[in-house]
Amino acid sequence: MRGVPWLELTILAPLCGALLGLVLQRAVAVLALVSSLSTAVASAGVAVLVARHGTIRRSVGAWELPLGIQLRADGLAALVLVAFAVVGVFITAYAMVHFEPGSRAARSFFPLWLFAWTGLDALLLSSDVFNLYVTLELTTLTSVGLVATGGDPAALSSALRYLLFAMAGSLLYLLGVALLYGAHGVLDLDLLGAVVTRGPVTWGALALITCGLALKAPLFPLHGWLPAAYASAPVPVSALLSGVVGKCSLYVLVRIWLGVFGVPLGRAPAVLIGVLGAAGVLWASIVACRQQRLKLLVAYSSIAQLGTIFLVFPLMGRAAFAGGAYLVISHACAAAAMFIAAGTIEQVVGHDEIDRLDGLAHRLPLTFVAFALAGVSAMGMPPSGGFVAKWLLVRTAFELHEWWWAAVILIGGLLSAAYVFRVLRGAFVPAPITETIRRSRASDLLALGLALLALALGLAPDLPLALAAQGAPS
Amino acid sequence: MPPWLAYAASGVSLFAVGMSALVLHGEVMRKILAANVSASGVFLVLVALARRAPKGPPDPVPHALVLTGIVVSVSATALALALVRQLRHGAQLGPSDERRR
Repeated sequence: MRGVPWLELTILAPLCGALLGLVLQRAVAVLALVSSLSTAVASAGVAVLVARHGTIRRSVGAWELPLGIQLRADGLAALVLVAFAVVGVFITAYAMVHFEPGSRAARSFFPLWLFAWTGLDALLLSSDVFNLYVTLELTTLTSVGLVATGGDPAALSSALRYLLFAMAGSLLYLLGVALLYGAHGVLDLDLLGAVVTRGPVTWGALALITCGLALKAPLFPLHGWLPAAYASAPVPVSALLSGVVGKCSLYVLVRIWLGVFGVPLGRAPAVLIGVLGAAGVLWASIVACRQQRLKLLVAYSSIAQLGTIFLVFPLMGRAAFAGGAYLVISHACAAAAMFIAAGTIEQVVGHDEIDRLDGLAHRLPLTFVAFALAGVSAMGMPPSGGFVAKWLLVRTAFELHEWWWAAVILIGGLLSAAYVFRVLRGAFVPAPITETIRRSRASDLLALGLALLALALGLAPDLPLALAAQGAPS
Repeated sequence: MPPWLAYAASGVSLFAVGMSALVLHGEVMRKILAANVSASGVFLVLVALARRAPKGPPDPVPHALVLTGIVVSVSATALALALVRQLRHGAQLGPSDERRR
């Protein structure tokens, strides 16, 4: 068990799948499934190792620090790695149902998705600020390509817009890294954390890195590129962007704050991020309530959930940290389930206009059950992963006597109940069945599986929370 | 002003010029060029910071970072240009009609 290079395998498995998929185009979907399952097994291996032995470090190519690059898996990395791998397997399976086998869309989707997954796993296991930059770029560039697999002008222009925002973000980030390296001569997060002191260089680097990542995450009010990109992409792409890939900039920001900036700079910048996150929660939830299209509604709901996760910055502490990690993984399941359900509805009725879904729940019962169950987690109602996560955050807010953060989380939950019920209300109106419809039971089952996972996270939170606590800040 | 500081300062100004053009200009090609100008600024800063002691050899790590950064920047630019080209030619890959079910 210890002899197996699990960390390396989580990166190599999707990479090999992607490269082989480019060559063996006929078998690309099967290859993707095999490589997704292998990645999931490797991720589980990492989680078991971390649960047993604590944080694991590997020096790549046996080059030691400070020159070499380390892979590092602590509790947070292992938890997110496993959760993303599980959601990733579901998304691969859904894409096999969604795309015509051998079609051009399938041939470009699967390798790009596996490349994105490679970048994502490398990012989760990175422990230095420059490696985080490279892996973030890998993930972003492949995500842009994934959005563009839609092929129509709307998808292409939203992909381009996404790319331009991301380029600006990565340049800001890189300049911040340059400042840090110029001042301290190290890139590793732990080494940096040991030498960083309060001063103009640190403030400058903090501002640049935070702005860059806030553009990419996105943090309110820099989210302009997101709704169009998520809504115009093919459904499997929206599901994986919103559920999995869309969390990676936030993850990098948390890593860097925990490792480098959190201690020396005090609470003021964290409170600023929290205020923007809170504004994002309220604004995006209200906008989500007013959407006409289901995919846009889910996209805005994703911005709101991301905003909630940003509240871990002002609440930083063990419980809030666990809550943030928990919200990441439960939203990964819930968002993917919601997008798959929305995609099924769109494919069956030919549109996703919320006001024209009357009576559909009788014809697509499983689809709407999956949407509703995922909605329960998005609202933060028990029993769901979303509830556990928000409860941990709310509890921390009260422990700090800062009830306003708790109020934001609760109002965000109420607003998400409003938009989820708005979708369901129309759909459950009795309507005569006019025609029988062809539908995909497989995609319904996948959406339902993801939604049930989000619920299961609420029923059995002990194991994931114990894993997240490995190496967490005290 | 020591020479390395002059280089670093011009790097920062290039970065700022590029970044403001990226934000202010509406035309896509200008935005892509602006991002490249801005990237060159960051690379100049990194190379300037590689100077360690007045007489000693420069630090090789920032040079490696710049090389990696250039690869990333070229890839991002290529992707952006490919997207612009697809948009202008109105080429349709058309996966919407390739969906099953």
